[in-house]
Amino acid sequence: MMERLDVRKTYKLYVGGAFPRSESGRTYEVSDTKGRFVANAARASRKDARDAVVAARAAASSWSGATAYNRGQVLYRVAEIMEGRRQQFVVELTTGEGRTARVASTIVDAAIDRWVWFAGWSDKLTMIDGASNPVAGPYFNFSVPEPMGVVAVLAPQVSSLLGLVNVVAPVIVSGNTCVVVASEKAPLSAVTLGEVLSTSDVPGGVVNVLTGFTEELAVPLSEHRDVDGIDLCGVTDRELGRRLEIAAADNTKRVRRAPSAEPDWLLSNGGPRSMLDWCEIKTVWHPLGV
Amino acid sequence: MSGKDGLVPVLTHVDDLPDVAASSSALRRFLHGLPGVDQVGVEVRVADLATRSIKREAKRFALDLAVSMVDLTTLEGADTPGKVKALCAKGREPDPGDPSCPRVAAICIYPDRVAIAKTALAGSTIKVASVATAFPSGRAALPVKLADVRTAVDAGADEIDMVIDRGAFLAGHYEQVLDEIVAVKEACGPAHLKVIFETGELVTLDNVRRMSWLAMIAGADFIKTSTGKVVPAATPPVVLVMLQAVRDFHELTGREVGVKPAGGMRTAKEAVRYLVMVHEEAGPRWLTPNLFRFGASSLLNDILMQRRKQASGHYASPYDVTLD
Amino acid sequence: MATSTVPDLVTPTWEYAPAPEARDIVTIRSSYGLFIGGRWVDTVEGSSFKTINPATEEVLAEVQSASARDVDRAVKAARTAFTRWSQRTGAERGKYLYRIARLMQERARELAVLESLDNGKPIKESRDVDLPLVAAHFFHYAGWADKLDWAGLGPDPRPLGVAGQIIPWNFPLLMLAWKIAPALACGNTVVLKPAETTPLTALAFADICAQADLPPGVVNIVTGAGETGRALVNHRGVNKIAFTGSTEVGKEIQRSLAGTDIHLTLELGGKAANIVFDDAPIDQAIEGIVNGIFFNQGHVCCAGSRLLVQESVHDAVIAKLKRRLGTLHLGDPLDKNTDIGAINSAAQLSRIKELVSVGEAEGAQRWQPVCPLPAKGFWFAPTLFTNVGQSSRIAREEIFGPVLSVLTFRTPEEAIAKANNTPYGLSAGVWTEKGSRILWMANRLKAGVVWANTFNRFDPTSPFGGYKESGFGREGGRHGLAAYLHAGSG
Repeated sequence: MMERLDVRKTYKLYVGGAFPRSESGRTYEVSDTKGRFVANAARASRKDARDAVVAARAAASSWSGATAYNRGQVLYRVAEIMEGRRQQFVVELTTGEGRTARVASTIVDAAIDRWVWFAGWSDKLTMIDGASNPVAGPYFNFSVPEPMGVVAVLAPQVSSLLGLVNVVAPVIVSGNTCVVVASEKAPLSAVTLGEVLSTSDVPGGVVNVLTGFTEELAVPLSEHRDVDGIDLCGVTDRELGRRLEIAAADNTKRVRRAPSAEPDWLLSNGGPRSMLDWCEIKTVWHPLGV
Repeated sequence: MSGKDGLVPVLTHVDDLPDVAASSSALRRFLHGLPGVDQVGVEVRVADLATRSIKREAKRFALDLAVSMVDLTTLEGADTPGKVKALCAKGREPDPGDPSCPRVAAICIYPDRVAIAKTALAGSTIKVASVATAFPSGRAALPVKLADVRTAVDAGADEIDMVIDRGAFLAGHYEQVLDEIVAVKEACGPAHLKVIFETGELVTLDNVRRMSWLAMIAGADFIKTSTGKVVPAATPPVVLVMLQAVRDFHELTGREVGVKPAGGMRTAKEAVRYLVMVHEEAGPRWLTPNLFRFGASSLLNDILMQRRKQASGHYASPYDVTLD
Repeated sequence: MATSTVPDLVTPTWEYAPAPEARDIVTIRSSYGLFIGGRWVDTVEGSSFKTINPATEEVLAEVQSASARDVDRAVKAARTAFTRWSQRTGAERGKYLYRIARLMQERARELAVLESLDNGKPIKESRDVDLPLVAAHFFHYAGWADKLDWAGLGPDPRPLGVAGQIIPWNFPLLMLAWKIAPALACGNTVVLKPAETTPLTALAFADICAQADLPPGVVNIVTGAGETGRALVNHRGVNKIAFTGSTEVGKEIQRSLAGTDIHLTLELGGKAANIVFDDAPIDQAIEGIVNGIFFNQGHVCCAGSRLLVQESVHDAVIAKLKRRLGTLHLGDPLDKNTDIGAINSAAQLSRIKELVSVGEAEGAQRWQPVCPLPAKGFWFAPTLFTNVGQSSRIAREEIFGPVLSVLTFRTPEEAIAKANNTPYGLSAGVWTEKGSRILWMANRLKAGVVWANTFNRFDPTSPFGGYKESGFGREGGRHGLAAYLHAGSG
């Protein structure tokens, strides 16, 4: 018997629910941790970043308008579909992050379970962070956390799947849409996650995955005036972080600064703050009268 | 259905007024199409106006004006001829020690006391106002009510203070309320008609606004809050809404309708606050006894004490003013 | 028809006599130092400036201009005080704040008069709005100090450290309260810079801290203009900057803090839409429109400066609005009957004038009631612009004055689109009697505060703050605590 030649996957971007190549036509070589070629990933350009923001903005209104119950089910569906792709993620983590099969398997399990955890928050965030405020007057007054809009996410560089889930899920669970820049060196599981999202019930444009060079994409995203917030988690260069923050100030973007070191995502799910950081509190007053 | 300004739907011109009253459904559509009244917003406005600080000559003006706007009232089963005569004397000369003190606008009494008051007030410009239409409940058959009115008018009443049928209003029988006012107005002949809403029973400010328009369309010369027999009687929010109604009605039709808070007012301070409200909501044009009255009894003496304080600089004692 | 006319006793013209609040309740010193480490100290550079009464241009006092070295001293004093202050029990910190709240109530009239003198706002507002809210704010946060474990930030949340706080001139003492009360309750110490045109109530607050026996260095007050603020923002010894002011300066601060670990909250400008539907409770809507833009001379970041009125009721609303504007009393801020006081400064007045002339040049129609302005001081008559286009500068830029721009809409969707068509997102108003429409609108308005059938209401339990370029973070309520705490560890 001749050994069967396997069919390899072309790793593309995930923008607006479609899988385009970079408009620039560029790719870059992705290697495993030992330096062996694995694939050519799309090297997104600033125009791809722009298109991704447009797609994210277009999706924002209906995604934020969906019921929390609906968003919870959609996120749970992501876990369901991921479960069916376990093996592919395990392989990508062994090559991309250099994990043993056993550790990779643990991480994938955690990533799937993390979707389930975040899914359950969709209809509870408002409960824990919203309030009816007892103002000193004849008014009914309530505050609710609402999605802020479009968030740019620079995904963690090391933990390319579990870390990614931990920065994307908390953004979208409340109704935001996002443009996420995958780990520069290990982008493949992000693309596969995009494939999972496209076959779950996540509407196109809610999550847009860009692969490429973090700095090249982070700069236009931080400058983009139609982006409401930016998570600098994947920024490892302090000076780059500073430049991005300066650019972000042009429209007073909400900025989450990079942690001094990537947390152990297996141990930390980020808690409710990881979701509430991407919410605005809206307070509504109305008189109480007859 | 679309008014030119959308605020007073249906009614676009004074000529439309008969149309509004043409049918029960047209009247209901009109009244329910009036802009809503937000109670808290009204209370905020009232509280804001209550912070006006009226001092010195502005206060003297207000106190004199208030005296001249009083419908000095006694509406008791125990009203004897002597009581009515005493009240008339008080009205003619509220402060015997001060000839500059204005006399009141009217004496307000039951129909069977009109003749006594008429005699007692002979030669003065003070009006005799009589309650009527089965005051205070209004629960009598229309012929009885009309007879009540005619009794008062025949005895010489210049003004009739009728009560509406609150039961009919609250049941949504607006046309019945309107027809009754129209009938009473006719029975009044030359006498001026004040229509008492008993706002304490209408409860909501939306009802007060609807009733205000209903009464004005029916031909009321004055709209009046209360009988004084139900708590709450006149309240600032209710009067504010009525003042806005007469102002809007005037802008639309050119006809001026007066407002009379009645009952519950005890102090000069309250009276001055009402005048501020009249001034700033209805406008200075309403600062006249022809368009604004206070239905009150004990209020007058407190105003008189304040007048004395303004004149002398020191506070008066209750025994400085006469108890009548 | 016979008449029941009573002869008029008097012609119905009624001018309210002047009713000035007594000024002698306040003692203003001729000069003030900086309040650092619990003591009054002089600036090391020795420069000073004068603060004036904008209603008369009379000099009220001489105030020092803190330099970078003074700011450094203040930050060090706050740092020194932080150790012990943050280690006190929450209950003890709370008791200090309760004391301050009571002192504010006891001295409310004096502080209200001082605020009106220095700011130009009517005594009616400083007395009935600002001071009651100031005391209420301290009361609210006093009670939080020993309950931070339940603030939703996890167990045992920790204070950030030294907070640099920069506040504007429109609500000097209220903004001070919004900044200082939560910061202290959470265990931080503060260096506060009041606005250069309105420093006096903050300096009076230093006196209140002394009366409350607040430990030295917990509250430090440095006066000065933009340079002093910049020195505070650029001081790397602070852990937190809280700023209320213009969007332009807010962005500058955000840039200055880039790359640092310093926490930041910003409460910036606004261009709120006040949306009036054809089924609005119209008389109350008129009051809300007036309150929305003419409250505090329009010097309000959440002012309802854009009136979006449904086209079908436009004329009626404008007619009623004009009538109502005619009843506003402009003049002496200390007169209890004054509705509109003085513009806070010559600079602000010239900005208002400039934008008003831009509005006219752009073809909008200006209307002002007959309103004589005092000869001295800074004044601007309430102004209404109709026929304003969405692209007009007076419909887009924050004027921060008593100037209302009126635009129209036809449908709820159009109202939302126009309301949200601005970089700002601080507040919005909705007027309609239809409940489901209110909630539909509130849901879609990109604004941190939505007032439905009311406007410009504030309360310490109610979070306040913006979307988009109106800044980030919330002040007030439980949410206001997050600005001054590290989330707990578990």
